[in-house]
Amino acid sequence: MLLRRNPLIVLLSLEIMLNGANLALIAFSRRAGEPNGQIFALAVMAVAASEVVVGLGLVVAMNRKRIALDVDRMNALRG
Amino acid sequence: MIVASAGNILVWIVWVTAAFACLASGVAVVSFRNPFFSALALIGNLGSLAVLYLLLSSEFVAAAQVLVYAGAVMVMFLFVIAYVGPRTESPWAGGPSWQAVGAVLAAGALLVEIVVVIGTKAGGRLSDEATIREAFGSPQQIGRLFLTDHLLAFEITSIVLLVAAIGGVILGAHSRRTDDARA
Repeated sequence: MLLRRNPLIVLLSLEIMLNGANLALIAFSRRAGEPNGQIFALAVMAVAASEVVVGLGLVVAMNRKRIALDVDRMNALRG
Repeated sequence: MIVASAGNILVWIVWVTAAFACLASGVAVVSFRNPFFSALALIGNLGSLAVLYLLLSSEFVAAAQVLVYAGAVMVMFLFVIAYVGPRTESPWAGGPSWQAVGAVLAAGALLVEIVVVIGTKAGGRLSDEATIREAFGSPQQIGRLFLTDHLLAFEITSIVLLVAAIGGVILGAHSRRTDDARA
């Protein structure tokens, strides 16, 4: 995620990380017999889905304004 | 790992295949030049993770993963990638930069640290058989927990989804108004 410039790839890598955390949550929930880990994993999934929505909305809006899809060049908050 | 202590060879085969597919597709996501192939690799990653969740007797989370993640989120991703168009960058041109080497080293160090921490904290207890009840991971148990113990998390998650949906609409509608003003 640190190496690629395309923001879509950055979002995909973020999804991988969130899924990795989910896997750890569910594995340890199964190990301890605690179903609360699965609840947390479902909440993580919902939050990850919503941040993908917002992130993709950003990418689409940038594409409409003809801004280059390059995370190294998007370093100002205005625009 | 835990389920396979029952000695079932088929479970072992499925588990190893799913874990290998998970790791391979994860590496594939960051190595493809075309973002479309990266998204397809991530769909493979999510599918193998769902198989692993099934092996860990979390049926509801596995089904939710396939429906929500691989079904909705990745389809959205594919739509946006198709809309944005082919932007094949060449990230691996010119050999590995110092950033790439540093990132790989940092990831390797993190992996070693995680393994060491889990190994020393769990002692020899990691390979003990887990005792779970019959209804573990079933929709009934998760539904009951969501509506009794974790009701706040349930309601707040729905609010988070609502805020994300509003944000998505605002991000999509704003540029359209700017385009109309310019035309």
